[in-house]
Amino acid sequence: MAMGKRARFQSQWLPYALLAPQIAVTLVFFFLPAGQAVYQSVLIQDAFGGNVEFVWFDNFKELFNDPLYLASFKVTAVFSVLVASLGLVISLILAAFADRVIRGANVYKTLLIWPYAVAPAIAGAVWMFLFNPTLGIVAYWLKLSGVDWNYLLYDGQALLLVVIAAVWKQVSYNFLFFLAGLQSIPKSLIEAAAIDGAGPVKRFVTIVFPLLSPTTFFLLVVNIVYAFFDTFGIIDTATNGGPGQATEILVYKVYKDGFKGLDLGGSAAQSVILMIIVITLTVVQFRYVERKVQY
Amino acid sequence: MSSTSQKTAARLPLLALMYLLPRTWREGRREGMIEHRPVLTVVTHLMLILGVAIVAFPVYVTLVASTHTAEEVLQAPMPLLPGKHLVENYLSVMAHGAGEATAAVGRMMINSLVSALVIAIGKIAISLLSAFAIVYFRFPFRSFFFWMIFVTLMLPVEVRILPTYKVVSDLGMLDTYAGLTIPLIASATATFLFRQFFLTIPEELAEAARIDGAGPLRFFWDVVVPLSRPNIAALFVILFIYGWNQYLWPLLVTTQEEMYTTVIGIKRMISSGGDAAMDWNLVMATAVLAMLPPALVVILMQKWFVKGLIDTEK
Repeated sequence: MAMGKRARFQSQWLPYALLAPQIAVTLVFFFLPAGQAVYQSVLIQDAFGGNVEFVWFDNFKELFNDPLYLASFKVTAVFSVLVASLGLVISLILAAFADRVIRGANVYKTLLIWPYAVAPAIAGAVWMFLFNPTLGIVAYWLKLSGVDWNYLLYDGQALLLVVIAAVWKQVSYNFLFFLAGLQSIPKSLIEAAAIDGAGPVKRFVTIVFPLLSPTTFFLLVVNIVYAFFDTFGIIDTATNGGPGQATEILVYKVYKDGFKGLDLGGSAAQSVILMIIVITLTVVQFRYVERKVQY
Repeated sequence: MSSTSQKTAARLPLLALMYLLPRTWREGRREGMIEHRPVLTVVTHLMLILGVAIVAFPVYVTLVASTHTAEEVLQAPMPLLPGKHLVENYLSVMAHGAGEATAAVGRMMINSLVSALVIAIGKIAISLLSAFAIVYFRFPFRSFFFWMIFVTLMLPVEVRILPTYKVVSDLGMLDTYAGLTIPLIASATATFLFRQFFLTIPEELAEAARIDGAGPLRFFWDVVVPLSRPNIAALFVILFIYGWNQYLWPLLVTTQEEMYTTVIGIKRMISSGGDAAMDWNLVMATAVLAMLPPALVVILMQKWFVKGLIDTEK
């Protein structure tokens, strides 16, 4: 990897001085806490800070024998699969339509991308307001049409609510990338297929979609990362992880066990597991980027 | 033959609808449209309008709710047309907040603005400096520092919540602007972005600067920073939104009302009262105020926003 320039400046101290602020913040707020998380994860400590005991991997063993933790894994898996798949499908459909439009395409684009700017916590609050069983307008309509709607009681409905809020917020992002991908496909390819008699649907399935697969794969990883880590705010304002643990994804559980439950070892072990998940996802993403560069 | 006529019959309502639409929509025969399919063109616009409407609906309801009295919002169903209390509600939240445990939203907006600006400008500044060091100097441990910055990508705050909180609390930074911003200021993404860009700056510029006797800092300030302006603008838009919308971190480090950001204010309002006891009109007015600045940034600086999104994900 070519990391630098041929034409360089000479200085014994300047490069270190330039790097110092970034490295200082990184050390104090990233490496130190991450190290502590790893260290804490192999200890058992009571809440008052006394009696520290080194327990090897007991915290991890305990976690994987804890039905609540396993349930949180399952919730996270279902949640992220739903968020990623619904988010990708909806935005791909919208982008495919927007790609057909020439006049007005920018108006649609502007009107579809702004939810990116809404904070996840606000998205959660707004959707909660719509679906709130006592005052939500959508909940009112659902009840009128005979649905027994109460996400405060029913697990599936609570999960559905946070999925909708999460997808709503992410569609704009996916849409932009899909639209850019679609617009970069050479028109001549599509025209050739049209001359050969392929209709719009067939053209989409046989030509457009395969050419979009790098974009789709990239977005898939981004959406999974989003569902895992960036939806904390949505869940905290919309459902608080409830009812029971129905919407308690892994990140929410780390927060709850650490801050509300004061289970230091268990929370740290959960942090370590999350770190392993992020590292895996980042590596996958970067291997993909490297592959793309070779084209 | 009969199947064709059935098909036409099924399309009739759409064909009829078509003639209500502007002429340019009906004629698909423009550049970029592969063939003449007027029905598909109408369906395209209808689907996009539907998409825009669904995306806008929750925010529309939020806006409407913020213009009514608390009693009007509590009706079932709540009104779906704007009410008459817009100015009153917004002035009230700006000055007093809503619910019991919250400060004035005006104060929260200032906190949000300060954090967003410090985070955005701080990230850009320290990333420009470190990318400049990595690209324009050769020194021991250069790769080591580069990888150190890279690894932070893999340590989002969500996975190291408790220990990071502890560090900040030990440093006495709880309930301060420094605590709200500095731990979020390191950025691998921005450093990479600037590094990529610096590598494309022609070598001759640095050579010329050296021959003219300009030192590295002079070169940085007079050449590198001005050339980076488009990247800085794009990054600023993305980072401003990132900073404004922070949630988990301010939730942990702010305990005093006067340090709440707007996004945290909403959470405190929601969890302070029961469903019926709360002034939902005021909560929704606060939600609108929390959405407005970043949404305006996206819409008004759309070009930079799109560039920033695409740049940061490379």
